[in-house]
Amino acid sequence: MSAMGHPPTYAKGVIGRRRSQWQVGESDKTRRLREKAAYRPFLLLSPALISLLFLILAPLILIFVYSFWLRTADGRDMPAFQFDNWQSVLSDPFYWQGLAGTFAMSGVTTIICAILGYPTAYFLARCRVRNKSLLLLLLFLPFWISIVIRSLAWINVLGRQGFVNATLMALGLIHAPLNLLYNDFSVIMGLVYLDLPYMIINVYVSLDGIDRNIEAAAKTLGCSPWQSFRAVTLPLSLPGLGAGCLLSFILAAGSFVTPSLLGGPDTSFFAQLIYDATIDQLDWPTGSVLSLLLLTALSLVVVTYNRFMSLNDVYRSFAK
Amino acid sequence: MSTARSRAERPSLTWNLLRVLGCIIYLFLFAPVIIVILLAFNSASTGSFPMQGYSLQWFGRLFENDSIGDAFVTSAILAASSATLATLIGIMAAIALVRYSFPGKAAIGNLLSLPMLMPEVVLAVALLLVLKLLHQPRSFVLLLLGHTVLALPYVVLVMQARLIGLRQHYEEAAQTLGAGPLQTFREITLPLVAPAAIGGFLFAATLSFDDITATLFWKSPGIETVPTKIFAMLRTSISPEINALGALMIAITILLPLLGSYAMRRLARLG
Repeated sequence: MSAMGHPPTYAKGVIGRRRSQWQVGESDKTRRLREKAAYRPFLLLSPALISLLFLILAPLILIFVYSFWLRTADGRDMPAFQFDNWQSVLSDPFYWQGLAGTFAMSGVTTIICAILGYPTAYFLARCRVRNKSLLLLLLFLPFWISIVIRSLAWINVLGRQGFVNATLMALGLIHAPLNLLYNDFSVIMGLVYLDLPYMIINVYVSLDGIDRNIEAAAKTLGCSPWQSFRAVTLPLSLPGLGAGCLLSFILAAGSFVTPSLLGGPDTSFFAQLIYDATIDQLDWPTGSVLSLLLLTALSLVVVTYNRFMSLNDVYRSFAK
Repeated sequence: MSTARSRAERPSLTWNLLRVLGCIIYLFLFAPVIIVILLAFNSASTGSFPMQGYSLQWFGRLFENDSIGDAFVTSAILAASSATLATLIGIMAAIALVRYSFPGKAAIGNLLSLPMLMPEVVLAVALLLVLKLLHQPRSFVLLLLGHTVLALPYVVLVMQARLIGLRQHYEEAAQTLGAGPLQTFREITLPLVAPAAIGGFLFAATLSFDDITATLFWKSPGIETVPTKIFAMLRTSISPEINALGALMIAITILLPLLGSYAMRRLARLG
């Protein structure tokens, strides 16, 4: 562009040199601009990173430190480095049963979500209805409703005077209301209810991204519908299924409100144990140990998952 | 299953089964919420099944209850203020992640998303412990900061998705044509970014308005938000006006974002 204004009588070499001078000049300018801009993304990110540091990361380090503090007999916490809190929690079968129970219930929830969610997502991905975008939009609607209301809803469904009992009684199928509420069954129903949209959306996104030509090719090569599903569709949709399962499990295992509202007296989800230790008993060292135990157990799940699948699939589903 | 996909063949039995299952799942997802709304208008004195007729008595009962009005005010102020903070912080982070390439970008993006995978209970306990060590009482500020940082990862993701289409050319063109940095921001960047910001704001506001788990840990004993109020009411006795309160909350958290996205689309068209 620099040569444009020059008379055509210039020798080639001169034009070439002039052009290169121009380029040097411009690259200097761009470099300065680039260097000036180099810190800009970090400037833009700093409020987010600072709030993450002070409100999430530092507090997490703090509960780690606090878990070694000494709890004196009169209920004060002294800075110390000793393992009594850890030992008393880790040697108490009550907490291990709580953790095992939480993971078992979350596992059952996840499996039910996968069994119900996969075929639904498959149907959504493959059906040809005009208002498909509406069907998809409806899946996101539950996310806008508070967990406390989505749990309350199940009290109306499963309670002694709830929808299920009222219907069965009206039909004359039962004569006394069934005890459907305040037990493990109602907790799992409530958790499936919360997790299922996540599962369906994750599986849908991966099914929708599969190149349909591959399935057509499998068919051309002589696969039956079932074979092409087994050999092509299912393996290609595994990342979505995996992401859905991970999310379902983590959300269920960390849940507090649903088991508190729908569970019975002997339901003790791990988050409830943490609440009891910290808010009710004000025993912060024990609460810190319990929090770290839950975090570690869930991190192990995430790390194991990340070895086989990509966490990016999980994050991506949130932004849809 | 795949037979249904080829137009030549008739829907198979498997496909019909899938269709039935799909309908059942949608019913499963929406029936419980619809039941809450129906029972809110129940005229029966127990507020449960069987339904006897329609009345607004439970909503009337709600408006007589001052503590519920207080909870609504607290929730609204908290949602508006924490969403404003989260939007401001989030839009800057999202612009940095979408517009610039810099070393460690992927790691920072993952770091910002990390809190989404952590149990809310643990984050709540950790932040509360900081407050305890600083010898501060639980206060509105704790709820404000807490709700902001809980919403932040979601806000950044939502905004990133919205900002991907944003082009830098417009700003360069404006500056070439002689606009200063401030003018460029006001006349070019802001209108382009506004839809993403409004989307993020509504998302954060809804997250805050709906949040219960962390709020139960962070709220000072005197303060109730609407969800914690419902939680407390459910734990003492199941009174029928809870369904009315639930229906009201559903209306607010669903209608508000719908109106917002409508306004946003209008705005995008004008811009």
